Amino acid sequence: MNARRIVAVFGAALVAAFALPFVLPSNYAVNVAAMILFTAFLGQSWNIAGGFAGQTSFGHVVFFGTGAYASTILQVAWGWNPWLGWIAAALAGGVVGLAIGALAFRAGLRGSYFALVTLAFAEVFRILANSAEFTRGGLGILIPSDPRAANLQFKDPVWFYWIALALLALSLAVAAWLKRSRFGAQLAAIRENEDAARALGIDVFRAKTICLGISGAMAAAGGTFYAQKYLYVDPSIAYGVEKSVEMLLVSMIGGAGTVFGPLVGAAVLGGVGEITRSFAAGQGLSLVVYGAILVAIVAWLPDGLIGVFARRGGARRGRDA
Amino acid sequence: MLDVRGLSRAFGGLKAVDAVDIDVPQGAIVGLIGPNGAGKTTCFAAIAGFVQPDSGSVRLSGTDITGWAPHRIAELGMVRTFQITQPFARLSVRENVMVGAYLRHPRRAEALRAAERVAARVGMGGMLDMRAGDLTVAGRKRLELARALATEPRLLLLDEVMAGLNPTEIDEIVGIVRNIRADGITILMIEHVMQAVMSLAERIHVLNQGRIIARGAPAEIAADRVVVEAYLGQGAAARLAGGAHG
Repeated sequence: MNARRIVAVFGAALVAAFALPFVLPSNYAVNVAAMILFTAFLGQSWNIAGGFAGQTSFGHVVFFGTGAYASTILQVAWGWNPWLGWIAAALAGGVVGLAIGALAFRAGLRGSYFALVTLAFAEVFRILANSAEFTRGGLGILIPSDPRAANLQFKDPVWFYWIALALLALSLAVAAWLKRSRFGAQLAAIRENEDAARALGIDVFRAKTICLGISGAMAAAGGTFYAQKYLYVDPSIAYGVEKSVEMLLVSMIGGAGTVFGPLVGAAVLGGVGEITRSFAAGQGLSLVVYGAILVAIVAWLPDGLIGVFARRGGARRGRDA
Repeated sequence: MLDVRGLSRAFGGLKAVDAVDIDVPQGAIVGLIGPNGAGKTTCFAAIAGFVQPDSGSVRLSGTDITGWAPHRIAELGMVRTFQITQPFARLSVRENVMVGAYLRHPRRAEALRAAERVAARVGMGGMLDMRAGDLTVAGRKRLELARALATEPRLLLLDEVMAGLNPTEIDEIVGIVRNIRADGITILMIEHVMQAVMSLAERIHVLNQGRIIARGAPAEIAADRVVVEAYLGQGAAARLAGGAHG
């Protein structure tokens, strides 16, 4: 548990990951790797609220989509630089997180009730985006292609790989901080037992709301990345339920509430996706396999894949929910 | 130090707590006893902010804290434990106690040191790496105590920390509670284990059907007719007295 050694190992892994594209055989492989890192980042944003604080959300896409739309609209309709728009998008996601948190937690919603309310918010945002003028409804918004670094657009996919890597590294740092800080300890206490947390002087409402704000800002930053990569946003891309499920899935499979769980989960899901794609065209087969993996994990490895490696001292689970 | 006046709380038609007055002087150990269902735990919950009282007031060192949120009351220095232990099951004992210690020590290293000190004090020094969910009943009771102590309270509300323990374990907890008081922490305790509460508390309040029916020193309470009848049924005191004569 030597902090200096952890930083050294982490740094070495970062350098290796940075150099990885140079040994990958094709742009396609770089793209797959970039999307794995990006999915790990999105998973981590979910994990901050769903894993560390136990506030399971089924609608995290509400932040992702808000980020995607915020930077895109600022850029296309208002002429903002997308880098600046990116920051605004993260802020917008944070504000939406704080607002949803304030409403849901003030109403005392916990567990599956909170999960359903987040799902409802995501759907409401999707319907709004589908009907509002400034989102151009179901048509979606095209970002004019002009691949320059200043425009946050790149011809060479390696740049998106590196940006995804930077996002992931940042999110890992946030998670590592939560593991070792007072705020993180408060979230863990809330996850385990809210009444006991309250009795020990934790402002549960405040901690949960701030946590959802951080989580929302991260997911929204992911939304901008996605929009800049594909240069297009529409309501089902931005607020489609698949992304919510994906974020939740990679965290649960890898290990919710752990620093590296989402990365492990994203690598496994990315690998499974590539393998199933080589067997059958379309999405069908990969979803079947994802489902089977999730069932297996929930049944036999409730701490996720990372729990297999991290099981120390014979400490066994005793989950109460 | 703690001054409860006319505290009432009803659930539907049932007056769980009915115009209760409790005084806890600085540095004392005060007991709150009563038969099952007398309203002791509701009374605690209303004092500590977990249940809103319908009427009455709660003052801690002169500050009116009636209806405050529990975390603000904890910050002010009054912390409760739970009768049904509420461990952070998947965290280690060390992490559990640190949650309490973080209230006064925002920095991790200091919280860690404070937590280990408190754990040692309640005899959990050797269990720091155990998962709280794996503790025995006795271990969980101690953990409740350790977490609450780690918040460095001025007043500790102990809700049946001895229930379910064997005589040896009770003796150990009695010793720990004495030490806590010796360190200047005031204690209000709900307790069913009479031998413990009689030996620890200098003053006892007896609650029955939501009302305080007697208060006084342990010896007075043990001899109180109304108290005996509350526990053993009407006429019990007379029958006991009769039995003694016969």
